[in-house]
Amino acid sequence: MNASRAAVLAFPGRLASFRREGWPMVPITILAVLALLAIFADVIAPHDPQVGLLGERFRPPAWQQGGSTAHLLGTDHVGRDVLSRLIFGARVSMVVGFTAVIFAGVVGTVLGILAGYLGGWVDQVIMRVTDAWLALPALTFAIFLAAIVGPSEMNIVIILGLVYWTRYARVVRGEVLSLKERDYVRLAIVAGCSKRTIMRRHILPNVVNSAIVLATLMLGVVIVTEAALSFLGVGVPPPKPAWGLMLADGKKGLMAGYWWLTVLPGVCIMLMVLSANLIGDWLRVKLDPQLRQL
Amino acid sequence: MTPLLEARGVVKHFPVRGSLFGGSQKVVRAVDDVSFVIEPGATLGLVGESGCGKTTTAKLVLLLERPTAGEIRFDGESLATLDAEGLRRYRHSVQAVFQDPYASLSPRMRVGSIITEPLVTNERLSAAELATRLRKVLDLVGLPARAGELFPHEFSGGQRQRIAIARALALSPRLIVLDEPVSALDVSIRAQILNLLKDLQRELGLAYLFIAHDLAAVAHMSHVIAVMYLGRVVETGVARTVAVHPRHPYTKALFAAALPAHPDDSRDDIVLVGDVPSPLDPPSGCRFHTRCPQVMMPRCSTDEPQLACVDARDVACHLYDRV
Repeated sequence: MNASRAAVLAFPGRLASFRREGWPMVPITILAVLALLAIFADVIAPHDPQVGLLGERFRPPAWQQGGSTAHLLGTDHVGRDVLSRLIFGARVSMVVGFTAVIFAGVVGTVLGILAGYLGGWVDQVIMRVTDAWLALPALTFAIFLAAIVGPSEMNIVIILGLVYWTRYARVVRGEVLSLKERDYVRLAIVAGCSKRTIMRRHILPNVVNSAIVLATLMLGVVIVTEAALSFLGVGVPPPKPAWGLMLADGKKGLMAGYWWLTVLPGVCIMLMVLSANLIGDWLRVKLDPQLRQL
Repeated sequence: MTPLLEARGVVKHFPVRGSLFGGSQKVVRAVDDVSFVIEPGATLGLVGESGCGKTTTAKLVLLLERPTAGEIRFDGESLATLDAEGLRRYRHSVQAVFQDPYASLSPRMRVGSIITEPLVTNERLSAAELATRLRKVLDLVGLPARAGELFPHEFSGGQRQRIAIARALALSPRLIVLDEPVSALDVSIRAQILNLLKDLQRELGLAYLFIAHDLAAVAHMSHVIAVMYLGRVVETGVARTVAVHPRHPYTKALFAAALPAHPDDSRDDIVLVGDVPSPLDPPSGCRFHTRCPQVMMPRCSTDEPQLACVDARDVACHLYDRV
């Protein structure tokens, strides 16, 4: 009932019916398709995403004048197949997105639990650091870090994790503050459980829901940030087919009419982020009504 | 014989932050100079309205809060100076059952794990021994053995409270703090749980700190009663004496407010006016003087009455001052 009411508020009309029936089918399908493409990229992609034929440069998509079925979505400025690059790009986005979200989630959740449960100076230190961290503009901070450590997929994951853990720490700490006043936590103290046991057995399982909801919502943010970093040249290093990188490469051709080089990766980013956000939104209402003000 | 638990002059103040721009620091006097004794195998009933400090007292005994002043001794040993080993032994000997059986059982754990959690934490037992102990306590509280495999939400309120009691019994403690153990239950279930607690006390020699606002339950359960008002004990003595012939005006009013056993029984109506004053700023003199239905003497609002022996129990009231 909550889900449907929120859905009606957010999406009047036909889209709402998708959510009233339970699962948000459209975003789940989109994300599932993208995930399958990412996993089976080697099998599905018709061409090598990193090797191009200069003779095949700037071929338009198959349905346009001059396009061919060999390159369904055309080729880029060095003759690489756009479809294949998009498919492999899904892998980059997914891998970077999921690992960064999990990394940030683990760091933020652990610090949030420690701050909330232990309180006192531990809480003060962690939360002041979090506040200071939140005051930094995320993208600028990420570019700064990337410029220091240099571009690589691994570094991107670490950077995104470092930039976004604070959100988890905040939300989790709040949850913990209310959890630790519960009777069963008090009884665990009376039973002689150590602080570590209580945090692990009684606190952690109860904040996992919120952390997962937040992770789903963060997935979109992280993917956009990754694309932005790649676009700016401090993200995934060049020959790799990242969507942000494709946008950057394609923007020079925009004026010359090579629209498919920018519009297609742009649409992919949009679909993935939108799907992740819609699922996150739905999960939030579904799993945790108290978290709606997040 | 040394008492099992002895509280002497226990005080607990909670500081309340003043306003942003200065303002004096205030304190809530939740428990103010409270003393009591619990003998092994006996029940002390603690009664009073909401906000009188009953639950804070329970928390102090359970070491969930530390007293501001005063001392609590268990087996003659002060709780304030327990070392790690002493604390472990204390946790082993004292358990608790709380009011709301919907809040006191972790929703994500199976009943078996909930009940054996204190055992696993405090004793090294094999899986087989653990299962035996679980079956034993489930049997003691009248639940079937297969209850251990289920989750708390599969039980009713009364059954949940039995689970909470089983958990408290698992370590074979010597004292159980019962903080309003039946207040959240249906009236029809209350007697069952109270009788179960009484039977367990007889069988296992348990001592109880029984906290409630239901006087009939307290009178039924307790050997000794202590009546609290605004953080202070106003009357304390053997349960029968206090219940049948209350002396403090507050105790009288409390018992008058309780329903008689039979609808045709007559009862004195003593209606207290007003609310309990704020423990932030308790009245001067006798804390009860603002609501006292008895004749007010000038000294009631200036001198704080001390507990003194009257008719075989202790009362803190100027009505019984010897001139």
